[in-house]
Amino acid sequence: MSENIKFIQGNEACVEAALYGGLDFYAGYPITPSTEIAEHMAVRLPQIGGKFIQMEDEIASIAAIIGASLTGHKVMTATSGPGFSLMQEGLGYAVMAEIPCVIVNVQRGGPSTGLPTNVGQGDVMQAQWGSHGDYSIVAITASNNQDVFNMTVHAFNIAETYRTPVILLFDEVIGHMRERVDIPEKGEINLVERLKTQIKTGVDFHPYLPREDGRLPMSDFGGVHRYNVTGLAHDMWGFPTNDPQIVHGLLRHLVDKINNNVQEITRYKEYCMDDAELVLVSYGSTARSALHVVNNRRKRGERLGLLELQTLWPFPYSLVKEKCAKASYIGVVELNMGQVVQLVRNAVDKPERVFLINRIDGVFISPTDIRNTLRVIQGKGM
Amino acid sequence: MAVRDYIRDRFFPHMWCPGCGHGIVLNNMLRAIETLELSKNDIVMVSGIGCSSRISGYVDFHTLHTIHGRALAFATGVKMSRPELTLIVPMGDGDALAIGGNHFIHAARRNIDMTAIIMNNRIYGMTGGQYSPLSGYGARASTAPYMNIDQDFDVVQLSKAAGATFVARSTTYHVQQMTDIIRQAISHKGFSVVEILSQCPTYFGRQNKLGTAVDMMTRYKDTTTPIGSKAKKQNPDLIERGIFVQKEMPEYCTEYEKVIERAGGGA
Repeated sequence: MSENIKFIQGNEACVEAALYGGLDFYAGYPITPSTEIAEHMAVRLPQIGGKFIQMEDEIASIAAIIGASLTGHKVMTATSGPGFSLMQEGLGYAVMAEIPCVIVNVQRGGPSTGLPTNVGQGDVMQAQWGSHGDYSIVAITASNNQDVFNMTVHAFNIAETYRTPVILLFDEVIGHMRERVDIPEKGEINLVERLKTQIKTGVDFHPYLPREDGRLPMSDFGGVHRYNVTGLAHDMWGFPTNDPQIVHGLLRHLVDKINNNVQEITRYKEYCMDDAELVLVSYGSTARSALHVVNNRRKRGERLGLLELQTLWPFPYSLVKEKCAKASYIGVVELNMGQVVQLVRNAVDKPERVFLINRIDGVFISPTDIRNTLRVIQGKGM
Repeated sequence: MAVRDYIRDRFFPHMWCPGCGHGIVLNNMLRAIETLELSKNDIVMVSGIGCSSRISGYVDFHTLHTIHGRALAFATGVKMSRPELTLIVPMGDGDALAIGGNHFIHAARRNIDMTAIIMNNRIYGMTGGQYSPLSGYGARASTAPYMNIDQDFDVVQLSKAAGATFVARSTTYHVQQMTDIIRQAISHKGFSVVEILSQCPTYFGRQNKLGTAVDMMTRYKDTTTPIGSKAKKQNPDLIERGIFVQKEMPEYCTEYEKVIERAGGGA
């Protein structure tokens, strides 16, 4: 039993979860603060007969995992700020060609080289809007290492269910913090395996013709069905087309398969929300400081609550609206100039009641920082 | 099987211009594959972006038409995850050596078992005739209206230096040699590079006043010579054709199997 309890970094928890989820191919390039993921993968994957490769850059890394996914493997890469920027074209390709894969971005301070060793949460908008054109993406985060484990497994399940890239949007504090993680027994968490086509050899296979439920069964490269995969707009055979009707249908499908399943994809946690007058909304490492403030203030009789978002994209607008309906004030705690705060304002009935509680200097936000801003919001002065 | 059996005729006619050399490469590549008697299910063709990269759509293999310059990186993921598959990566000169130059030298350095076919027409055709890293000093292009001042790469020298273990060159005029070289390149265990000079009469030919497609192909006959020929000694400007490098070196996927053994992950 004790073998299943580990005291590990978030980055390591992510690796163990990926292996638990069925990953057996990883390609990556070293970059702070995600490097430990590559290092642990290099140790762990060959131990289970899997493959690890250090590519020449992040562009090549995402390309390699897409290639390996097509042969039927569960795949992942991990990076941080600058590397995530380099991956954007490949990410768009995986969206367009509907290739299941998981991309970890352990966020650091930006823009540009920014603060490599410090924490930031400035890539939330990039996760959805970083690649060109219209598409929907799934981005998931976590505030502790047990949740890193659970959300990583969830990411692989979502990637396989919807044939989509999934972004794990962690941050430097989560990636480097050591914490207890209980590795679940096999079977304790449900794993989604790839949906393979039942079409027989010699029968025309349409790799890009969605079933009625929107899902597309796949056939592995090397198998009996030979088909084309392209980043160009394509028809049901995967062959390039400019036909307006087909292009329209493809774009709708790519967006709808995510946006019509917000409820199934969304994960969140709530603390003391039932009677909360002041709701804190947060995600990732900053939710820890927010929770500390909530627990402390509750002891003094103040009606604070915390809504911790674990799914950032597709943004759970209905959930936020519902949970914040009774709140007099809403404070969004994040380490950027205000990214999720805009989404929360769009979600709620009274956007003028939504305030940003942030730091942008590479320093992790403390409960004191949050409390100081709350005093201003509540009209108690500095 | 006939060459036609390797084609997806549903998707013809192809999109190349009249006189383009790429159709000749397609034909002779399929002839090479035919002689190797490989199963179509065992071949994966990965390409990037450009005129040459459209070749993957027309063949009845597992085909992966990717993003500009990255075909070898995608192919690396396919090959490493299923080493028993045969990987063929047709690329244009810009695709392979400008935007894809980094992936090219690293794939060569790893000696991963795949065949890179560089269809060198010395121009960006898809976008309308801009100079490529292989246009060469003195060439005309839509982005070099006053003459190109960029020096070009020598694909053979670059491949050798980067560590490719099979390096060859041919042209669309020398179709029998081309077929034979591609056949040997695919059979070679390691990273193979085949440069094929392929005419673009529409852009490179027109901008450089090289005449028709036939004129351009005839020029391949006149300006190239077998490796080490007497003609080369008399005229050093001639471009050599043939197999420059063919050597055995540890192959990447085979080496990784040893990594798995050392890690105790062998079945």
